[in-house]
Order: sequence, then C-alpha cells, then structure tokens
Amino acid sequence: MIEIDSIKKTYKNGKESVPALRGVSFSVKEGELFGLIGPDGAGKTSLLRILTTLLLPDSGTATMKGFDTVKDFKSIRQITGYMPGKFSLYQDLSVEENLEFFATIFKTTISENYHLIKDIYGQIEPFKNRKAGKLSGGMKQKLALSCALIHKPGILLLDEPTTGVDVVSRKEFWQMLQRLKEQGLTILVATPYMDEAMLCDRVALMQDGRILDIDTPARLIEKNAHNMLAVKSPDMYNLLLTLRKSTAVDTAYLFGEYYHVTLKDSATSTFDLNQWLETQGQKQVEIKNIRPGIEDIFMNLMQSHTYAN
Amino acid sequence: MQTDATIITAKDLTKTFGDFTAVDAISFEVGKGEIFGFLGANGAGKTTAMRMLCGLILPTSGKATVAGFDVFKQSESIKQNIGYMSQKFSLYEDLTVKENMRLFGGIYGMSTKAIRDKTALILDELNLQKEQNTLVRSLPLGWKQKLAFSVAIFHNPPIVFLDEPTGGVDPVTRREFWELIYRSAHNGTTIFVTTHYMDEAEYCNRVCIMVDGKIEALDSPSALRHQFNTDSMEGVFLQLARKATRSGD
Repeated sequence: MIEIDSIKKTYKNGKESVPALRGVSFSVKEGELFGLIGPDGAGKTSLLRILTTLLLPDSGTATMKGFDTVKDFKSIRQITGYMPGKFSLYQDLSVEENLEFFATIFKTTISENYHLIKDIYGQIEPFKNRKAGKLSGGMKQKLALSCALIHKPGILLLDEPTTGVDVVSRKEFWQMLQRLKEQGLTILVATPYMDEAMLCDRVALMQDGRILDIDTPARLIEKNAHNMLAVKSPDMYNLLLTLRKSTAVDTAYLFGEYYHVTLKDSATSTFDLNQWLETQGQKQVEIKNIRPGIEDIFMNLMQSHTYAN
Repeated sequence: MQTDATIITAKDLTKTFGDFTAVDAISFEVGKGEIFGFLGANGAGKTTAMRMLCGLILPTSGKATVAGFDVFKQSESIKQNIGYMSQKFSLYEDLTVKENMRLFGGIYGMSTKAIRDKTALILDELNLQKEQNTLVRSLPLGWKQKLAFSVAIFHNPPIVFLDEPTGGVDPVTRREFWELIYRSAHNGTTIFVTTHYMDEAEYCNRVCIMVDGKIEALDSPSALRHQFNTDSMEGVFLQLARKATRSGD
C-alpha cells in the first residue's frame, strides 16, 4: 500500500546542512496500523511530509496505492488524510465550518460521509458552533481527525497526534484508531511514546534519520531481548551513583520505581550484584530479573547505533 | 536531600475565572529538597495552580507561601527566588549557549564573576564546552532541555518549577534529564514538576493528582499504587482521571 525506497532529505541551514532522512526504505501493507516510533529529530515529520506531497525528497521514491508522491501528487492528495503535528485548522471558523470547508474542497459533503466520522465527530458535535480556536486540546484533536477523514481516504497519516495529551485521552485516541483500522483504513502514525508502539501491528524504530529496526512489537522485543535486572532501594540516588561505579555494570538507568541494569557479558555468569552492593554499603536492595520492554529495546538499539557511528 | 522544612504551603488555594473554578481550594505542603510531581489530565487545573505559585497570577482566595513569601503580597520576591522552565519557551534560540547564561544571570542580578564561574561549572557538568559559542537554535532538543534546566537554576533558587520538561524528548535524554533533577534535589533544590509520562511520576518523592480543579490524591508513588490497588502509576492515574467531568486545556 505504501512503498518507501531509499528516501533522503537534507535541510540547509545557512552553510550548515542538516540531514533529516539518510536513506529510509520500508513498506506498509494494506489495512495495517503502522507506527513510526522515535524522538524529536528522528525524521518522522519529514517522512510524513514527503508522503503527503508537501515536501520533495532529495532522492529516492515513495508510492502510495501505486501513485508516485512526486508525479502523481494530485491523486495522492485524494486518497490520503493527513493530521499534522501542529493544529492546522482555521481557528476563527467554527467546528462545523472547518469540517464543511474540508468536505467542500474534496467535492463532498458532511452528510455524504458522515458515517465515517460519526464515532469521532459525534463527540464534538454538541459544540459545532464553537470556534475551533476555543476548543480544548482533546477536542481539537478529534476535529482534526474528523477533517482528515471527511473525504473518505484509504490512507491516514498522523503526525504525533497524542503529544502533550494526557494518558486518558491518549488511550481513547488509540481506541479510535483501532476502530478506523477495522473499517479497512491503512494508518501510518508517528509518535514519540514508546508504549504506543505496542498498539501497532508493526513499527519502525527511527533515530537520527535512520530506521533502527522494523517488526511487530512482540518480535522486536523477542529478538532484541537481553538479560536485565530491576534494582531498587530506599536511597535511590546513592544507589545510582554506586551502580555507576561498578566495573561489572554495563548500563544503569531510571525506569519507573526501579533502575534497569544490564551487566557486562564478562560479568554475568559469576557476578553477584546484590552481594557487591552490600559490600558498598547499600541497604535493603531489591533485585529481580526482568524481561526488557519496548523502551529498553529502543534505548539499547539507539545507543549501540550512536556508538557505531 | 529531603528535610522536614517546608518550602511551599498552600491552604484552600482557589482561582476562579468568571463562574468557572479552575483551581478549587487545594491544600498541600512541599518539603525542602523534595521532588514533587504534579499530575492531572489536560484541563485539570495544573497550569493555573503552578502560575499562582510562581507569582504570575493572583489567586482568588486561600493562602499560599513559596520560599517564605506570600503569593498575594510578595509575588516579586517569589519570582526572584524560584526557577521556572516552561515547555514552550525557556531559552533564546538566537543567542549562543554562553550568551543565554549571561542574560539570565544578569536578569537575576548576579555579579559578573558569579556568572562567569557558574557558566564554567555548567558547561563542564553538561559537557558543553565545545558548544559554548553555538546558537541554541542549532542544538539538538535533548541538549536544549538540559541546558534550559541548568539555566532555570542558574541563580541557585531554592525551588524550581518544571512544566512538562521532557515532552517529545528521546528516552535516553529523558533519563539524563531526570538524573540532573535527582542531582539538584540531592543538593537541596526543591523540584516541582508536571509530566504526562507516568514512569516519570515514579521518580518523584511524592505525587499529587488533580482532577477537576481539586487534589484527589497525594502521597508517595508506592503508597498510591497500594491505595489504588494497582501495580503502576498509570493505573492510579486512569482510575482518578476517568472520574473527571470536565475536559479542556
């Protein structure tokens, strides 16, 4: 459905050139909910803007439903819905006027495609006469999604739809995406939240203009799994300083109420971390073996990549 | 380094806008050196509460002191005694790393020598010596955020307010940022922080959760997990925030 082949894009900032995409290739299958997971600066927005025909790549090609994003830009715009990262609707038009505007541009009407957006638009319809600029964050998000869907696109491209949104609204938003997927839409969604990766069929982990890995979330975890310990004590700050001193510890970082710790390969079989921490004066230390999660995997890939360069 | 001394006290602190009660009689205390997490759904009233404590808006009623100063009568003294890092704007992008520090040090009335010493210290701590003459605009986001935090505590305030400091930042940098927070808390700075990342709520000594303008829960993360019978702060948050009747920003 979406084919991306060796896309490169570099921005010029005065004399400096800033590479945003360093040769990205992957494909998204029809009806898939595909996640682009990566922090700010990974290249997610550049890639989405190239797919939506808003930006030209320096080299490489991308097609959606067989249409080329450069040559067939008009057809692409008919078949894609796009929700940019920044709220881009008309703040001084009402909720209903915004939706009507986008419907008209695509030569359709709200009533013709109402069934597509009923589930989402229905929640903000009671406020249809309110100016879009006066809506709350969650309501703006729902309006933007409604406007992106009103021309019945087959592909939906979403750029960080949940950034800055609280946990409850994030959960609801992903439930909406799930229902859209069930209706047959192909969805490509960019997010900096690692936990949202678990809700996608497949994900591409992105960092610094490159793809670190692509797979289903479950397989990503399985194939990159490594031994990991969760460690905590009542004096967390001192515990961290102590862990960092150990020559057997490879990485130690905060993770919820624990530190996640990996040991160097040379140390794993014989080294007893608990005993060592005790000799260092750390008291009431709790240690358990855990399975790394998607965020651990991402950090591991990210760091091995940084060192490799 | 947590001590028993309190640095923030709020009693029935309230802010209304017309007939809308944004913050509804909240009461709490924050101890010196504590990392205090301030959570709530969008629209719960976090930002309004924080702006009152920073001396940026006047409360409608109630009482509060920050670093010993009254939010009603001594807002200027409060501003001089706190650090503040907002999510949207905290550094001048078209000034260099060093120029930003000189500017903020100057605004807080520090001497030229104190500014010079502190600048050297921070460049060293953040490993930014090579970038000292780089425009902030061209720094990666993660570096900007760490620099913004260091600039917010440049004048050694006893307390610093951080408004969603880690949004969009990669998971490694997010943790480096929290280690900076840990270090300054260990050195006695009180940290008042809002976040949407539930794992970050776990890094706080105590967490306060606001729902519809009121404080619905306030305790250590482990006590809250126990109280709400769930194994994560996300579980606590979801139970509380689903009770909310209002939505908004």
